[in-house]
Parts: sequence; C-alpha cells; structure tokens
Amino acid sequence: MSAAGARAQAAAGWAFVAPALTLIGVFFFLPVLAGLFLSVTDFDIYAIAAPQVARFVGLANYRHVLVDPVFWKALGNTLFFVLAGGPLSVVVSLGAALLVTSRLARAPALYRSVFFAPVVTTLVAMAVVWRYLYHPRYGLVNHALSFLGLPPVDWLGDPHWAMPAIVLLAVWRRFGYNMLILIAGLQSIPDELYEAAALDGAGWWARLRHVTIPNLAPTLLFVSVMTMIDLFQLFAEPYVMTQGGPLKATTSIVLLMYEEGFRWWRMGHAAAIAFVLFVITLAATMLQLRLQRERDA
Amino acid sequence: MAARGAAEALMRASAAGLLALVAVGLGGCASAVGHGVTLRFWAMGREGEVVQELMRDFERENPGVHVRVQQIPWSAAHEKLLTAFVGDATPDLAQLGNTWMAEFVALRSLERLDPWRERSTLSPASYFDGIWDTNVIDGALFGIPWYVDTRLLFYRRDLFERAGIARMPESWAAWRAALAAVKRRAGKRGYALFLPPNEYEPLLVLALSARSPLLRDQGTRGAFSEPPFRRAFDFYAGLYRDGLAPPLRNNEVANVYQEFARGYFAAYITGPWNLGEFERRLPPELQAAWATAPMPGPDGKASGVSLAGGSSLVVFRGSRHKAEALRVIEFLSRPEQQLRFYRLTGDLPARREAWRDTALTGNPRIRAFGEQLTRTASTPKVPEWELIANRLRDYAEQVVRGGAPADSTLAALDRDVAGILEKRRWLLARRHGEVHAESAR
Repeated sequence: MSAAGARAQAAAGWAFVAPALTLIGVFFFLPVLAGLFLSVTDFDIYAIAAPQVARFVGLANYRHVLVDPVFWKALGNTLFFVLAGGPLSVVVSLGAALLVTSRLARAPALYRSVFFAPVVTTLVAMAVVWRYLYHPRYGLVNHALSFLGLPPVDWLGDPHWAMPAIVLLAVWRRFGYNMLILIAGLQSIPDELYEAAALDGAGWWARLRHVTIPNLAPTLLFVSVMTMIDLFQLFAEPYVMTQGGPLKATTSIVLLMYEEGFRWWRMGHAAAIAFVLFVITLAATMLQLRLQRERDA
Repeated sequence: MAARGAAEALMRASAAGLLALVAVGLGGCASAVGHGVTLRFWAMGREGEVVQELMRDFERENPGVHVRVQQIPWSAAHEKLLTAFVGDATPDLAQLGNTWMAEFVALRSLERLDPWRERSTLSPASYFDGIWDTNVIDGALFGIPWYVDTRLLFYRRDLFERAGIARMPESWAAWRAALAAVKRRAGKRGYALFLPPNEYEPLLVLALSARSPLLRDQGTRGAFSEPPFRRAFDFYAGLYRDGLAPPLRNNEVANVYQEFARGYFAAYITGPWNLGEFERRLPPELQAAWATAPMPGPDGKASGVSLAGGSSLVVFRGSRHKAEALRVIEFLSRPEQQLRFYRLTGDLPARREAWRDTALTGNPRIRAFGEQLTRTASTPKVPEWELIANRLRDYAEQVVRGGAPADSTLAALDRDVAGILEKRRWLLARRHGEVHAESAR
C-alpha cells in the first residue's frame, strides 16, 4: 500500500474512534482531572457560592483523610466486604453456572433468566423486599433461624451483623452477571477434554479440578478482578438499607466520600478519598494479576 | 476506578440537566398560554401535600397567579435543593427547615426579606422570639416562620405520681431528684428517662438551658470545654452514670411506644410529631396517664430553654416572580391560614395570634408546647453546624457508652471543631482585611 493510502486509512481509523475517544475524554478523563485538582484545594460550601475563596492546600486533604478514624473504619468495612463478598460471589456464580450448564439441568434457559433477574432489578425495589426479609421480628430470615432453633438476629440494627447482611444482599444481587460470563467460558471448553478425562476414569470432582477450572482460569481471573473492583465501590446497598449505620458499621469508602462531598460539601476531602480508593483498587488489581501470572508461570 | 463512578454520576447529572431543560421549556409554554405568572413552590412531605389545597384559595384571591406546588420527600429535600442551586434551577419559593437556613445563606441563594417585610403586614412581634431569630443571619432576614416545633418532656404522669411527684419539677436539681424517685420505684425493670445517646438534640436542649453559646468567637471555635456547656454535659452524663437513663440508642429499643406503655421508661424528650403518635399507639387505658411538660432549667423554669425548630418559607434570589412569591408567604402567614394548616397537618402554627384559638389552648399537652416556644434558642447559624452536631454526638457517646473522661473528650471535640471551622476563621479575617483596606484608602 502507498504511503498516502496508509495515511488515508489511519485518518479513517481516527474518524471511527473519534466519537468514542471524545466521550471517554469528556466523561472520563476530564472528571478525573477535575477530581485530582479538587483534591488539592479546600473547595467547600463557601467556594460553591464564590469560587475565589477556594484555596490551594497541597496534600492537606490527604493528610486529613489518613488520620481520620472514620476513614479507617470505612476502609476496614470495605475490605471486609471485598474479602467476604468477592470469593463468595465468585463461588456462587461458578456454582450457578455449573448447575445451569449441567446436562442434568431441566429448563436451563429459565434458570438463567431467574438467576439473572436480580442484576437488572432496581436496587430500591430489592431493598424494600430485603428489609422485610431482615426484619428482626417478622422477617423470613429470622423465621428460618427459629426453625433451626437459633435466636433471632437484628440484621440491620446490630453493628456485628449489618455488614454480613449487606454482603449477602450484594452477592445475591450480582452473582447472575458473573454467572453469564462463566457460562460463556464453560461452553468454550471442548467436550473432547471431558470425554478423554472420563475415559481415563476421572470422576465429577476430578473433571472439575483438572479440566474445568484450568480451562476456565482466564475467565475466572477476569470475573474476580471485575468483581473486586465493583465491590470496592460499595455504595448503593448501605445507602439504601442502613445509611452507613448502625455505629458506622456499614459505612463504605464511597459512602463516606458521598457524605463528605454532598452532605458536608467538603469537596476537597471527598476528592482525596476518591483518589485514595483509586490507589487501593489499582494496587489490589495489580496484586491479583501478579499472583495469577506467577501461578501460570 | 472511583473515577468511573464519577463519570457515571456526571453522565447522570447531564441527563438530569437535559430533563430539567425540557421541563423549563414546558413550564415556559404553560405560563405564556395562561398570560399570568406560574410560581414554582417546593414543599416537603405531608406539608407539600396539604399546601396544595391552601393554594387553591390563594389563586382565587390572586387571579393570574398560578402556584405549582412540587411535593418533595423529606429524605431527598436537602439534596434536591442543593442540586437545584448548583444547576441554577431553584424554585421561586420553598419550605426550608430552620437548621438549613445558614447553609443556603452561605450559598447566597436566598433573597433578603427585610425591605419587603417592613412594607408588609408581618411583624416580628407576631412570632416566638427564638423561632424568628433562626431566620435572621448576620442581622439580615431570610425567611418567615411557617410552622414551629421544639422538644420537651413527654412523661407518664401515673408513674411520677406513684413515686410521689405530683407536678413535673422546674429546676434541674428537683427534676433529677424526681427522676431518681421514679427509678427507685421501677427498680431493675426500668428507667426514669429515655435519652438515646445517638440523638444530639436532648444534649443541645440541656446546653442551651445552661446558656452555652455552643460556638464562640462569631461561630469560629467550639465552646464545648467552657463552663456553661460543661455544666450541662455533667448533668447529662450523670443521668446515665447514676442509672436514671439507659445508654441505649433508639434502634436498640425495639418500639419506643411499647416500652413507654410498659413503663420501661417514664419520660422522653421529643417533639410535637409524637403527640399524634402517642395518641394513636398507646393503649386506651394509658391515654389519660401521659402528659407533656416544658423542659426544666438549671435555675428554675425561666431557664428551661429548648431548640427552635420548624420550617420557614423562603424566596430564592434566582426567582423572576419575587413579588408574587412574597404574596404567597403573606397569605400562608395569616392567622386563619395558619390554623387551617394546623388542623390539616398537626404542625404547630408560627403566628402567635393563631395560638389564641381553642383548638390549641384547649389541649393541655399542646399548651405545654406553647409555653416552651416562648423559651427557645437557635443553634449556631453556621453552615458547618450539622457536621459539628454530629461530631458532638460521637464524642458524647464516647463518654456515655465508652467511659471516656469528659475533660479530655470535650477538649478533643473543641480541637476537632476548630479544624472544621478553620475556613470560617480565614473568611472572617479576609473580610476584616478588606474592610481595613477600604478604610485606609
């Protein structure tokens, strides 16, 4: 191809990606830059009325965030949520994917839709139902506990149980999405591998361990990274169910950021919290990728 | 990745903005067709529902003015008003909680009402002093009280009588002795007073009664280590220490009304919204047994001060129909409209003339509110106040539930508050600097 042709082709390429790039630039990079800028100012309610009273404060917001006990409490809550909810979410979605793709499953399409339904349902509607389920006296969950002879639990009112209750809701709400991705991964594993394994006398468990899991590894990695990033941004569930209470037991980092920014109008603080969360998420993602690469090597 | 959330939020915001544009466009058309003025009036919760009915009479009296009331749930009101301000889409007038006033004044979003008030029929003398004062910030008037609330004692008269207390005492010392007597009779089964440490209002009531300004130096530093606050705080912490009040949050008491009926506690500091709740939820045989009383004070009745609460009506600076909006405020401030509003909602009227009606004077429980309303004070009128009150609650809880020493905890609270108010100090210093520069020239 001639140089002119190549140039024309490159121009056409740019023209095609320009709309997407513009969108990403305007709606992603600009807000990120604005956030970074905010995080080194003391932009607050006074500055909303008169921007000239915003001051450059350097790293003071970051310093303030890092000595705030509420931030550490929120970080602890978020980590608990990620560490408990992440693996649970992946295991549940894998289980659901295996069940739905199993040869023994009847009406797999129906189950796929049923399991996927929570993903597309409005959280507020779900929260209403789950609040009933968690009701300390009339809730179905406590009713089930009483059948097992266990005492009732004040799920959303007790600081020890509120976060586990949120984890349960969050996992239930999300597992359908991961399930779909895992189903796609499962279907791409060639049947011959299973047949060969069966001929070698591998049982259900051995086939799962030596055929399914290794072949599914890239999908599993993708699913767990995406889940983790998603879970680090926990906000909607506690915002709707507990408003961060009781005793800040369900205050997540994003909820704290929201409160700092939109309840107390301390935009500088809120932006600093956002960037701290960004760094933590980035570090956790890199760690996960590194671990995976080492295992592959 | 948080940035992705931010991007999503921004996208949502621009979508909302687009919707708002469409709405404004439609609104514009509607008013053009009517040849009159369409006012946008935001009111919250039940008030928003009821005021639509009152507005029909207003429209009859003012042909050509149409009032479009938008009802906003309380839980979303604060956010919605602020986003409206940022998005330049504030209504013409709105109902605003007293404690939000300072914030919206700091945003410079409210119209100053003094010039109009002086020409109108409204006089500060028609209102309770403390309530009127919440609408005055740095000497300027920004709102007209619509309805009022405050907190006082709801108590079981039968339990107090059985403990030998015929009338609710008026001084802290006698009140404390009465609570101790009730507790002695209740033994292990109950307490004298329900004082949930996760509510900061009762502590503020005690502090205002002890004449604590809460903040000092023009609202730029905390006054929580100073003697007046300390006096109130020691009284407050003593109630828990001596077992007169359980250190239980209100979510740890399954049902306040049931426990009150059961006699688990004999008194509770709360507001007028509970008048109806107590009537509905307490069993019939207890209906004659409960009463309300104004807050006792450290130095007797006259010092029993409570919080100046309620809602005011405000006009936004961005409004293009301020004259009409003010006419709505004047209409809703008429004593007969105030009474009608009381009958429809149970919200206590702000106009003192309305309090002469038998609907209010005939009910001793409401009379106690009428008396308390003559002794109310405003919390500091700085936009940071709600954050500070939340901090106060957290620190007080450390003392009450965590057993932390009061001295160091209150000192730490003052340090924390000084940090929160640093910007305010800087702004005031800057303003002084500008004034000096002006006068030097």
